[in-house]
This record gives sequence, C-alpha cells and structure tokens, in this order.
Amino acid sequence: MIPGSLAVIFMVLPVLGLVAQAPWGSFGTLLSDPVTRDALRISAVSSLWATAICIVLGTPLAWLLARNALPGTRFIRALVVVPLLLPPVVAGVGLLTAFGRRGFVGSFLYDQFGIQFPFTTAGVVLAQAFVAMPFLIITVEAGFRGLNKEFEEVAATLGASPWQTFRHVTLPLVAPALLSGIVLAWARAVGEFGATIGFAGNFPGVTQTMPLAIYSELEVDRSLATGLSVILLAVCLVILVLLRRTYLHGDRAND
Amino acid sequence: MRGIRLAACAVVAAATSLMLIAPAQATTSAQASTANTKVTGTITVSAASSLADVFPVIGQAFQKRYPGTTVRFNFGGSSTLVNQIKGGAPVDVLATASETTMFSAVTAGLVGMPLAFAKNTMAIAMPADNPAKIRSLADLARPGTLVGVCAATVPCGVAARDLLARNKVSITPVTQELDVRSLLGKVVSGDLDAGIVYVTDVKAVGNKVKSVQIPARLNVTTTYQIATVGETRTPEVAQRFVDYMRYSVSAQGILRAYGFTKPW
Repeated sequence: MIPGSLAVIFMVLPVLGLVAQAPWGSFGTLLSDPVTRDALRISAVSSLWATAICIVLGTPLAWLLARNALPGTRFIRALVVVPLLLPPVVAGVGLLTAFGRRGFVGSFLYDQFGIQFPFTTAGVVLAQAFVAMPFLIITVEAGFRGLNKEFEEVAATLGASPWQTFRHVTLPLVAPALLSGIVLAWARAVGEFGATIGFAGNFPGVTQTMPLAIYSELEVDRSLATGLSVILLAVCLVILVLLRRTYLHGDRAND
Repeated sequence: MRGIRLAACAVVAAATSLMLIAPAQATTSAQASTANTKVTGTITVSAASSLADVFPVIGQAFQKRYPGTTVRFNFGGSSTLVNQIKGGAPVDVLATASETTMFSAVTAGLVGMPLAFAKNTMAIAMPADNPAKIRSLADLARPGTLVGVCAATVPCGVAARDLLARNKVSITPVTQELDVRSLLGKVVSGDLDAGIVYVTDVKAVGNKVKSVQIPARLNVTTTYQIATVGETRTPEVAQRFVDYMRYSVSAQGILRAYGFTKPW
C-alpha cells in the first residue's frame, strides 16, 4: 500500500509542477504561434506514420515469436529489445550509420533514387518507429502467447481458412493486447527526442516535433517551454482517455 | 576652535595619505598570498561546447600549477549552462561563447565580474570530399545544398546569422542544431553539405573536414567570457581559475594553439 502510493506521488509530482508553472495567460499566443502549430502537426503526422509502421511490421513478427515459428526465436527476441536499451541519442547515431547519406543502406537509396532520410519528416518517422517498435512487439507477443490455441483449432476444423481464423477468432481475442501495444508505441513515438534530433535534425515545419520545440525553447524561455509541454500533455491525455474507453471494454470482455 | 580645525585637517591629511598608500600595500600583500598560501579544492567549470577540446588541456595545466586543486568540466550550449545555474546547478565557474549569454547571467545576479579570455571567428566546414563543391559563402545559397547552422538560441547560431547578413547571403538551412558539436558531427558524417561553425572546430577535427576560410573584414567575431559563479563554495580556486584563463601565459598559449585568438 505505502510503496504503491509513493509510486503514484513520485510520478504525479513533476506533472503537477509543470501544470503549476505553466504560463496560463499566454496559451492563446503559444497556440497561435506558427512554430507551435508546425511542431504539433509534425508530431501528429510522424507519430501516426511511425505507429502504422510498427503495426504493419511488428504484429507479424510478434505472431511468429509467440508461435516459435522462427529459428533462433530467443535470439530474435533479444534483438527486439535492443532499441529499448540503447540511449536514444546513440540510436540516432546508429540510424545515421545505416540510413544516413553515407550509411550502408542510405548511400544506396541516395545514389539510386535520390532518397535521403536525415533532415526530412520521413527521417523523423524512421527514428520514432525504431524506438517504438519494441513496445508493440513485446505487448502483442504476450497477447498472442496468452491465446488459447484450441479456439483456432476449432475454427480450422469447422472449415475456416487461415485468414478467416485470424480475422474472426485470433484478432478479436488479441485486440486488447494489440490496442495497448499501439498506445504504448504511439506514446513512445510522441515523446521521442534523442534519436530524432540525432538522426533527422531540428528544423521548424520539417523535423521539429513537439519535444524538439520544447527543448529548443527551454534554452530561451523556460515558462514557454513549460507551456508547450502542458499542451503536448493535454493532447496526449485526451487521446489516451478516448482510447482507454474501448481498451477497458476489451479488458472486461477478456475477464 | 582653531586648534580643533588644525587637528581635523591633520586627520584628513593623514587619512588621505593612508588611502593613497593602502592600495599599494594591499596589492603587495595580495601578491604575497598568491605566492605563499596554497589554494586547494575542487571546482566545476561549466563551459561552452566549442571549448570542449581546449579546456581539459588547460585544466591539466592549472592543476599542475596549483597542486591540490581539481577541475571538473561540464560542457553544453552557453544558454543551457546559464539556465542550469539559474536552476541551482552546483557550478563554480561559467565560461560562455558570447558576451550576450554572459550578460544574461550577470543581469540575473548569478556570476561575478566577467573577463574576456579568447575570441573566435566563423568558417564553413564541408565533408572531406566536399560533395556540393562549396568554395565560398555565396555557394551555400545554391538550391539543393544541405546547409546546417546552430539554432539562434546559442552563440554559434547568432554568429552564423550575423555572418550571412553581413555578406548579404540568404540561405534556407535544413537543420538548426542545438550545439556546434552536433552540427560538426553531421558535417563529418557527410549528411550535410556544409555547416557554419567556429574556426577552432574545423581545426579540432583535422582532415575529417574541408573548410572555407572567411577573410577577417567579412567575418564575425565572438568573444568568450569567464566569471565565477556567486554560489561557489570554493571562491578562491574559482577566482584563481578565472584569472589563470585570462592572464597566464600557459592558458593563453594553449588557447592560441587550438586556434582561438587573443581577447584584447
């Protein structure tokens, strides 16, 4: 009981500090500032794309891992958590060496197709997807693992195709885990800072997400930076609360 | 009456002559204490990113000159450093890359009297193979050239903007890095075609980059300043370090070797 309440207090205090220090009078000016609007737009667009990439690439991998369908499952599972352990700034350097203009994949893309990731919004998406992917894979894999295989087998014996089984049996059962994986991955993408600034750079309207705008503002005016943080916090809370309704229903259905 | 007035005159005269002599005596005793009393203790020096190579070397020389002292460094963008001190960071000496950032610390009452200890100018750094074939400042304005600058919140960004304005060159950078070292890193890696950095940064990375030097009359200068932090617990060591930076032949010699120019 006591450690639990301490945990809550510990997590809530900094947020309270932000809310208490926020320049409530200047929110109008802050929200109409093109830099804030650009940053909110870049954050929204990039985090949604990053989450989409995580869903499309991460869900199949989670399924394969849960079914031990791949040789070296343990090794792959260890690889999956690497982006979690890497300091994000190091992840940024890693992304540069792979996807930068001189990187081993990036140089090919640049020479052949003129595609360049650093200093583009696509680069921001890449950085966010890299750090957010483990959250989706780990959560969804746990969901697949907890599934009772009998349901799928019954569906199969009743003549359902693998796709029908997946679509009508597996997916609804795994939906709560999928949804919480999506929420976690998206939240990580929204908060991403180090890999983004290291790999994609910092330019308003192109690569400057909310965390980058907040950090840039922190050097000049702390109260405005606090204001921007509260805006980001508010936007994310509204989205999470809206999602949580469906997500809670899913949990109950599971019980 | 007359006697009193005479006596008063004598007192004033004596006081005046004492005042004339006193500073000279104070100076002598201060010099004596420099030579005799040992300063010991640890100081933390918050210094601008562009000093990250040269300061550790000067720190070593200082520790050798004053045995019993330890100098630790904390490098970052000048405005970040000022904000850290504002937030109560336990720092003893502040060294900024511009007078403006130091001035903000002075007006906030955070530091003592600042001293100028070095100057720096700007240069264009390109990857070693110079992919965009940059030869002058004007080349940076060519469409499709990936140019990076520092953000306007740090001294190197202010200097870059001044430089471009002074030479009437208008560019659209692709990134505004938050300190000069991360900008330089992206030039070295070849992801940027060019970056506007300090002359000393170009020197620090050697042949990993090519550079375009800018003639003095077209260049801009930034002045580095150093001051003791008011909250320091080791004011003697802190003051000694500040003086060492500005007045000692060793510190000034090391600064010159790293490409900084003299502050006076």
